[in-house]
Amino acid sequence: MRFMMLVKADANYEAGHPPSPALMAAIGQLAQELGPTGALLEMGGLLPSAMGARINAAKGQLVVTDGPFAEAKELIGGYAIMQAATKAEALELGRRFLQVHIDVMGPGYEGQLEIRQLADVPPETR
Amino acid sequence: MTLDPQATIDAIWRIESPKIVGGLTRLVRDIGTAEDLAHDALVAALQQWPRDGVPSNPGAWLMATAKHRAIDHLRRQALHARKTPAMAAEWTESPSSHTAPDATDLDDDVGDDVLRLIFAACHPILPPEQRVALTLRLIGGLTTAEIARAFLCAEPTVAQRIVRAKRAIANARVPFEVPRGQDRRARLAAVLDVVYLIFNEGYTATSGDTWTRTPLCEEGMRLGRVLASLLPEEPEVHGLSALMQLHGSRLRARRSSSGEPVLLDAQERSRWDRVLIRRGLAALDRAERLSTTPGAYALQAGIAACHARARGLEETDWPRIVDLYTALAYLTGSPVVELNRAVAVGMASGPAAGLAIVDALVTSAALTTYHYLPSVRGHLLEQLGRAAEARVEFQRAAALTKNAQERAVLLARAERLGSA
Repeated sequence: MRFMMLVKADANYEAGHPPSPALMAAIGQLAQELGPTGALLEMGGLLPSAMGARINAAKGQLVVTDGPFAEAKELIGGYAIMQAATKAEALELGRRFLQVHIDVMGPGYEGQLEIRQLADVPPETR
Repeated sequence: MTLDPQATIDAIWRIESPKIVGGLTRLVRDIGTAEDLAHDALVAALQQWPRDGVPSNPGAWLMATAKHRAIDHLRRQALHARKTPAMAAEWTESPSSHTAPDATDLDDDVGDDVLRLIFAACHPILPPEQRVALTLRLIGGLTTAEIARAFLCAEPTVAQRIVRAKRAIANARVPFEVPRGQDRRARLAAVLDVVYLIFNEGYTATSGDTWTRTPLCEEGMRLGRVLASLLPEEPEVHGLSALMQLHGSRLRARRSSSGEPVLLDAQERSRWDRVLIRRGLAALDRAERLSTTPGAYALQAGIAACHARARGLEETDWPRIVDLYTALAYLTGSPVVELNRAVAVGMASGPAAGLAIVDALVTSAALTTYHYLPSVRGHLLEQLGRAAEARVEFQRAAALTKNAQERAVLLARAERLGSA
C-alpha cells in the first residue's frame, strides 16, 4: 500500500521565509535514516502559495485567483509518498516526520500532517 | 482517536527489526539468539508502552533495551564459560566472538548491520527456498504466517525452513560480515537473485489461483530500495531496482477486474504507474552511469524501459529491444532469453523471423517443459495465419502451466482459433 503524507504549511513559511537550514538538514537526515527501510518513494516541498494560484469552477465558469491564500493551516508545505504494509506503519512513518519538526523548532511548533492512502492497489486478497 | 498500541508496536517492529536483529547478531554472533533477544525487547515494549505511552523515538528505545539484554546475555555466557573448562578453551581460542562489547558498538554501522544480515540470509550454503524465507523474515519483518500465506505453503513448512536455515548458518560458522574482495561479486549476485525471486513470485505466481500477488511484488521492490540505499555504488543493485519498479509499474494493468491476466500487448498503458516508472528510469540511469558494461538486470531493465517509454506496441523501439536481448543472451546463455529475443525479433522483423529462432530452440530440445515456448510459437503461428498449428501450441502450453488463470487464457486462445 502507498500513502501520501501532506505536511501543512506554517505561517512563517507562508510569509515567505524559507525553511530553516536546521529543519532541512533534519529532514534530509530522516530521509537518510529511512533509506534502509525502503519505505520512502517520493519527497518534496512546495513553494509558498504566493507563488501559486487557484482555479475555481462554479456555475460553469472557471475563475483564476492568484496566491497568496489566507488560511495557512489548510495549505500544503510538503509531501512524501511512502510504501507501508499497514496504516499503522504509515502513521509511524508520518509521526517521525512531524517529530523532526518538533525536535528542530521546539515545543512552540504547531503543525499537521495528513496521511492519505493512494487508491492504486488493485483489488486483491492480501 | 488514539493510536492502537499493538498495531503501533507491530509497525515499529517492521520498520526497526532488521536494524535491531542485525545489531544484536553482530554482538552475540548468532541470528537465533539475536532474534530471541530482540523479541524480549518487544515484549518489554508491549508491557510498558500501553501503560506509559509510545516513546518519542521508539526505535532507539527498542535498540537500547535489546542492547542491555544482549550484554546481560554475554556476561552470563562469559561467567558460564569460566565455570566450564571446555567452553573456557573455546573462549580463549576465539576471543573476538565472545568478548563483551563496548556499549556504543551497537550504534555504529546501522546500515552495515542490515547489510550483513541480508548477506547472511542469502548465503549460498542455503537452498533457495530457505534464503527466501529467511530474508522475508529478517529483512522484511514478515511473520512466519505471513510468509506462508504469500507462498501458499503450510506455516510449519515455513517455520521449519527458517529454523533449518538459522541452524545451517550457525553450524557453518558463517561470518557475520559484508563480503569483500573476490567473494563479493558472487555473494551480491546471490542476494539480488533472492530479491528478484521474491518479486517474481508475486509478479507471475508459479502456482495457485491468482495470477499476481501484489504484496510480494511490493516487498521485492522495497528490498530493492533497501539495497540501493545500502550499496549505492553497485550498478546491478540499481539495475535490479529499476527492473522491478518498471515491471511493477504495470501490475495494475496486468490483471483485469475479474482477475484474469492481461498481457503487455493488451494492457491499458494509462493504468501504468507513473511514480514507479519515474523511479525505475532514474534507477536505470544510475546503473548505466555506474558501469559501461551493463549486467543482466540492467539489460532487462533497459528492455522494460523501452516499453515504459513507448505509448503503444507499434511505437516501441523493437530494434533496440532486440539488441538488448542479444546482449542478454550472450551474457546468460539462457534459452529463456533466446525465446524472448524471438518475440522481439517477431515484432521488429516480422513473425517468420521470430519463428525461425523459436524453431531452433525446439530443435535443440531446450525448454521442453516450459509453457512459454509453445505459447510464443502459437502466437507467431497465429500471426502467420497458420491457425491449426497455433491451436495445438496453445493447448500444449495450457497443459504445461501450473497457474490456473494463465491456463484459462491459453485455452481461450486455442478455442478462438478452433472456431475461426
